[in-house]
Amino acid sequence: MADSPSSETTQRPDKGFVIRVILKALGLFVILNVLYILLDPLPMLARVSIYNSIVPGRERLPFGEAPDKAYNLSLYSVEAMFASHEASQPKADDEYRVFLMGDSSVWGYLLEPKDTLSSYLNQMDLIAPDGRSMRFYNLGHPTISQTKDLLLLSYAMDYDPDLIIWLTTLEAAPSSKQLFSPLVQNNPEQVRELIAEYDLNIDPDDPSFVDRTAWDRTIIGERRALADVLRLNLYGIMWASTGIDQIYPDYEPRQEDFEEDYSFYEFEEPLTADDLAFDVIGAGVEMAGDVPVILVNEPIFISMGENSDIRYNFFYPRWAYDDYRALFAEQAEANGWCYLDLWDLVPGTEFTNSAIHLTPTGSDLLAEEIGKSIEDR
Amino acid sequence: MTLFHISIFSAAAILFSVLAKGRWRNWLMLAGSVLAIYWVQSVTPIRYLDFWLPTATLALVGVVWALSWAGGDEKPDQRETLITAAVLIGLVLIVGLLRYAGPLCCLTPSRPPQIWIVGIGLTLIAGLVFGVERGLTGKRWAVIGTIIGLLGLLIVLKTEPLTEFASAGIRSLMGQSVEQASAFDIRWLGFSYVAFRLVHVLLDWINGRLPAVSLQEFVIYVVFFPAFTAGPIDRVDRFVRDLRAEYTFTPTDLYEGGQRIVIGILKKFVLADGLALLALSGQNALQVESTGWLWVMLYAYAFRLYLDFSGYTDVAIGVGRLMGITLPENFERPYLKTNLTTFWNSWHMTLAQWFRAYWFNPVSRRMRTAKKWPVWAIILFGQITTMVMIGLWHGVTWNYAIWGAWHGLGLFVHNRWLNVMRARLRKLDERPALKKAYNVLCVVFTFHFVLLGWIWFALPTVDMAGAVFAKLFGM
Repeated sequence: MADSPSSETTQRPDKGFVIRVILKALGLFVILNVLYILLDPLPMLARVSIYNSIVPGRERLPFGEAPDKAYNLSLYSVEAMFASHEASQPKADDEYRVFLMGDSSVWGYLLEPKDTLSSYLNQMDLIAPDGRSMRFYNLGHPTISQTKDLLLLSYAMDYDPDLIIWLTTLEAAPSSKQLFSPLVQNNPEQVRELIAEYDLNIDPDDPSFVDRTAWDRTIIGERRALADVLRLNLYGIMWASTGIDQIYPDYEPRQEDFEEDYSFYEFEEPLTADDLAFDVIGAGVEMAGDVPVILVNEPIFISMGENSDIRYNFFYPRWAYDDYRALFAEQAEANGWCYLDLWDLVPGTEFTNSAIHLTPTGSDLLAEEIGKSIEDR
Repeated sequence: MTLFHISIFSAAAILFSVLAKGRWRNWLMLAGSVLAIYWVQSVTPIRYLDFWLPTATLALVGVVWALSWAGGDEKPDQRETLITAAVLIGLVLIVGLLRYAGPLCCLTPSRPPQIWIVGIGLTLIAGLVFGVERGLTGKRWAVIGTIIGLLGLLIVLKTEPLTEFASAGIRSLMGQSVEQASAFDIRWLGFSYVAFRLVHVLLDWINGRLPAVSLQEFVIYVVFFPAFTAGPIDRVDRFVRDLRAEYTFTPTDLYEGGQRIVIGILKKFVLADGLALLALSGQNALQVESTGWLWVMLYAYAFRLYLDFSGYTDVAIGVGRLMGITLPENFERPYLKTNLTTFWNSWHMTLAQWFRAYWFNPVSRRMRTAKKWPVWAIILFGQITTMVMIGLWHGVTWNYAIWGAWHGLGLFVHNRWLNVMRARLRKLDERPALKKAYNVLCVVFTFHFVLLGWIWFALPTVDMAGAVFAKLFGM
């Protein structure tokens, strides 16, 4: 009996067949990678998220140095970061949406989600003048650069805020430090657009920017970024099931005694407005447009220890910080910014491992003060 | 094994398949496997242990071969034995000499000991194997003693307090801090599988079933690199048959072997590693706040475990195939089985077959012959002891023992159920739709029985497992 066609297909593969399979696989691989380079689909793929649908959105932006324990990870895709955040949910009709921008003190380093600034502000049940309920969203990110805040704000504006509260500190302000944040370095195209649009005093060709080569734009080159997006989504299940998004290690308390050290980076007394990135703050206010922005000089730890007459804390010599405060107040006045200087609001006992990280009580104190200011406006 | 290891192994296997012709095939396989066991050994905090553990594996292989070679009718070829011994010594010396190879250092994860120490070690090992070969070959008591020794070593390595104690001993010998001794100091990669292959050989020698195997073939069998770290546990007679068969590399081998490797990589590094992020573990079991998510994590654990282990097996079988060795299957769609007995015929099959051959069958036979025990008692005893031992093979803890007992009891109940229901179940053949529905129900039930059993397997303590059971059922 002759072989039927189906029995032919089950025959053992010959050399030609194997070569054809390998060539086709290689061809497909090359085509897929070329298509991937042309379409650059990562931003679009990063927006596909299980957050806010299968699992609740995160209360703060993804950040984590021990993903397997914190069920959280640091990644560079701002699209994925926002897609995982509760801020990307549609706004309710009666919601007055307030975004809190800033660094690790806003994000809540060493604080549980219930003890962050946004959480305490939400507990105050504030009502906007038009009767809507104020809902505060934590958009802090634990890297310190005002340009990083501006980058995040440029994405946050898509989520329809009614008010922006931008907390910052001198450490985030030096013009020369604006590209220190890995998030900024790894989003060169977006940051360059901001530089061009707002004429920022940042070199768009700075070598800190991590520019992608053609190879980096292939599936293979972007495998880590793709894996990060996938991992962020998988960790969503752990976040939903445990409510954990950070580990809380034992820590050394913030430093109290210091060397006789007057230095603040490369700067010499006095600081000038050109030394600091007020252009970035101005760009943020401009970007917000009709949405009001409250700028807050966030509380710092004020040491009473050795050489505390020279330095306020590990970060700041007194001269630099005093100059910064004066300059910030001047700039706010000159530009008509709404500015709150809360630098000495929180007692020294309410700081944890650094001069800007607050305890739950410290966060609560700050929330009360900010809440009062909002009500007074 | 990492993706890098697998890539190198696959490339080496393809190269091997092209280059290895005639008698060179086995020599290349021997050299590749011996070097691979040094390469895959993980680093240990005890100085030079990552060199000595693979060396000890080779020493054990030599001792067991020397004890059992007389099992066959044919005398081994003296010349080939000496050449094999010289090649083995040469390979270990090369690994040791890489210490001095500057940028080429080292195959082991840390620097090997000075070459004179390696020389002394090798001399002692050669003396031991030679002594065994001269004085103990064919001595039943020595074979039994070696089996007990191998199992004892396995128990030490699987029992945390004993491993910690052993670590303290080795640390003091090496002049390292005894206070820092930990059970994780002695990670003897592949030993669980090596020990079972060696015990299988010795038991087959006792039973007169061991074929004559040359030292070269025996070393390849025990440390064959694709199956070294995660099995399967092949039988020596079957393995050697493949080794001796005429080997012609065909496109089919490349196609089917390559396909198997790709499937294995996908299972292990994409699916299993993805699921690992949310699989139930000792860390997250008590952190979970809701019952629903706990179930999700348990399902994730079950599939992660299967995909991880069967993925490694696929890679091992695929690489073996490229080299002309058809390793036995270890998994055959286990989660789609209609009862626990067929599940255990399709999950870690080579381990289950090992225990069936060397424990369950002989014990059941002996009890039946004694005619003192009712059938149900023989089955109960056989199933429970077999499964508890399979559990303890993974580690000597209460949870593994309970996991084993869980399955042993399940197998017993299934056996009795079948005994009672056989006639009625046969009637289902006349009603195909009902039979199909019944089978679906059986698959769901069997899977969930296995699933709940994984709680014992996944978690480190009985208390934690109890708490998870309570939460899963809303208690």
